[in-house]
Amino acid sequence: MCSPTARRVLAAAVLTMFVATPLAAQDTTSRGVRIGLTYDPGSKPGVVVLPVIGATGDSIRAIVQRDFDYGDRVNALVLDPSVATEASRASGPNWPLLARLGAAAAVQLTPTATGFHVAVYNVATKQTARVTDYATSAPPMSRAWRAALHGIADELEEAFTGVRGIAHTRILFERGKRIWVVDSDGEGAMPVSEVGTPVSPSWHPNGRMIAFANYIPASISVLDLGTGRARTLVSGAGVFISPIFSPDGANVIYAHGADEGVDIYTVPLSGGAGRRLSVGRGSDNVSPSFSPDGRRIVFMSGRAGHPEIYTMDADGTNVDLLTPLEFGENAYRASPDWSPNGRLVAFQSQMSGTFQVFTINLRDRSLRQLTSDGRNEDPSWAPDGRHLTFVSNRTGAKQLWVVDIETGRSRQLTRGTTVRLPAWSPRLPAE
Amino acid sequence: MIRRTAVLTLAVCSVVGLDACRRKVVPTPAPVASSNAPNADSLAALRAQQRADSIAAAERAAREAAAASDRRTAGELAAVLTQKVYFDYDRDVLRDDARATLDAKVPILVANPGVTVAITGHTDERGTAEYNLALGQRRAAQVKRYLTSKGIDDARLTTQSLGDSQPAVQGTDESAYQQNRRAEFQPSGANNLVAPRS
Repeated sequence: MCSPTARRVLAAAVLTMFVATPLAAQDTTSRGVRIGLTYDPGSKPGVVVLPVIGATGDSIRAIVQRDFDYGDRVNALVLDPSVATEASRASGPNWPLLARLGAAAAVQLTPTATGFHVAVYNVATKQTARVTDYATSAPPMSRAWRAALHGIADELEEAFTGVRGIAHTRILFERGKRIWVVDSDGEGAMPVSEVGTPVSPSWHPNGRMIAFANYIPASISVLDLGTGRARTLVSGAGVFISPIFSPDGANVIYAHGADEGVDIYTVPLSGGAGRRLSVGRGSDNVSPSFSPDGRRIVFMSGRAGHPEIYTMDADGTNVDLLTPLEFGENAYRASPDWSPNGRLVAFQSQMSGTFQVFTINLRDRSLRQLTSDGRNEDPSWAPDGRHLTFVSNRTGAKQLWVVDIETGRSRQLTRGTTVRLPAWSPRLPAE
Repeated sequence: MIRRTAVLTLAVCSVVGLDACRRKVVPTPAPVASSNAPNADSLAALRAQQRADSIAAAERAAREAAAASDRRTAGELAAVLTQKVYFDYDRDVLRDDARATLDAKVPILVANPGVTVAITGHTDERGTAEYNLALGQRRAAQVKRYLTSKGIDDARLTTQSLGDSQPAVQGTDESAYQQNRRAEFQPSGANNLVAPRS
C-alpha cells in the first residue's frame, strides 16, 4: 500500500516514462468533469459496463465497451454472462463483486424514450458518482444512434481519466476512385464522394466539411458532408495535390504545379486565386500539415535531391529541414502529419526497400519507429495525439490500421478492397 | 547496391538496344571474279572496287531508308508520336533512350502543326501517392521542355500526372517498375498525319 505522497511520486515517475500527454491533458480538464476514481497509478482504471436492458441492450453494451477498449486509457473489463448478471442486481451494483473484479467504476446505460440514461458508480466509495440523461432522436442502430453512444463513451472516458475519448470520430480514406468514411471503431464504412479520381481527403476543423484533390480534371474540391454537395475550389493545368484546411478553417493549403515543379499554395475557402507559399525552384513540395497553432507548416520536399521533411512558417518563410539528412543515403521520408498536441510529427521513412511509420519529437528531434511488419505508410493523428491511423499491407491487401503510440498496440480498422491516404477527423459535433 | 546494379544493367541494356536500332544493314559486296592470278595491282584494284561498291551500297540503303520514311503511313507516324519514354527511379532526367524517342517525334510534330499532344507522367508504386503525383508531373514537364527546346510550340503541349495510379504493368520487380516509370503521349488532331519531308 502506498501513502498518498508515495503514490503521487510514483505516478509522476510513471508519467515521465511515457510521453507526458496524460499529465498535460489532465491540467486542461475543467473542474468537476472528472470523477475521483481510485486505482493504481500507472495502470488503467478498470471499468465494467453492466448489462443493458432492452432489444438493443447487447449492442449498446458492446459498442461502449469496445470504445473504452479502443481508447487505451480504460481497462474495459469484459465479464462472463453469468458474472455480469451477478454484478448488477435489482438493489444496485454488487460492490464486493465489482471490487473483486478489479473495477474502479461501473457504468449502467439504460435506453429511454428520449435517449439514454447513464449512471456511473464509484466502486471504492460505493456511491453513484454521476447520473446523466442524453437525448437522441436517432433510430436505434442507425449511424447517428451509434454516434450518440460514441459521444457518451468519450464523455465517460473523460470522467474516468481526465482525457476525452476519440470514439466519436471518423476516418476519411480513398478506395476505388471514391472518398470513403468509416467510424473510429471500424463500423459504418461508406463512400462520400462521387466516382472520379479523388485523392488525399482532409477534414475541416468543424468536422462537417472535407477537401480532396482530383487527378482529372486536376483540381481541389470541397464537399459538405451534411448536404453531400461538392464544389471545385481551384483547378487548372498540371496537378493539384494534398489539400488541408488551416486550423481556423478559413483557408485551404494545397500543392500545385505544372511546368516548373510543385509548390505549396493557399486559397481562401470562400474562393479566389491561389497564392504560392513555398519556393521549391522546380522541386516537388507536397503533403502539408499545420502545427496546431497554425503558425508553422510541415511538408515534404524533394529540394535536396530526395524526399525529406521540412517545416516553414505559414507564410512560406523560415524553411527548416526537420528530419536528419543522411549523406550518401538516398533516404525517402514523406507524408508528415503534425500531432494535435504539437509535440510530434508522424511520417513514413524508407527502410530496407519498404516504408515504416516513425515519429520525430520536435523538441529534441529524437526518432521513434512505430511499425516493422510489412509496408506501413500515410500516418494520420487522432485528435487525442496518442493514436495514429496508417495504411499497412501486413495482412495482404493495403488496409487502415490504428496504433496506440504509448503501448504499441494496434488493430485493423478497415477490411475489403485496398485503401489509402487516411485522414482522422477532429472530435465531431453531436449528430 | 542491388538497386544500383539493376539500374546499371538497365542502362547497359538500353544502350545496347539503341545501338541495335541504329545499326544500318550494309550489304556485303559480292566477290569480283577474276580469271587472272592475283597480283599486287589487281588486288589493289579489287579492294578499291570493293570499297566503291560498299559506299555505293550504303548510299543506296540510306536513300531507300529516307524514301521509306516518307512513305510511312499515318498509323506508323502516330505510333512514333505515342511511343512512351522511360525514367530512372525518383528522377525526371531524360535518358539517352528517352531523348532518341522524343527526337523521332519532333519532325512529325513539325510536319503536322495542327497536332496537339497531352503528355502524362507516371511513376512506379514505390513512393507515396502524393509525391508520385508531383514526380509524374515533373516528368511530363521535363518532356514538354525538351520538345519545346526542339522548336515545338509550347501551346501544343499540355502536361498532367497520374502518379502511381495507372501502372502499365502489374508487378513488384524492377522490370515492372521500369515499365511504369514513364511518360505517355496522347495526340489530338492526328487523324491524317503527313510524313515529314526528308
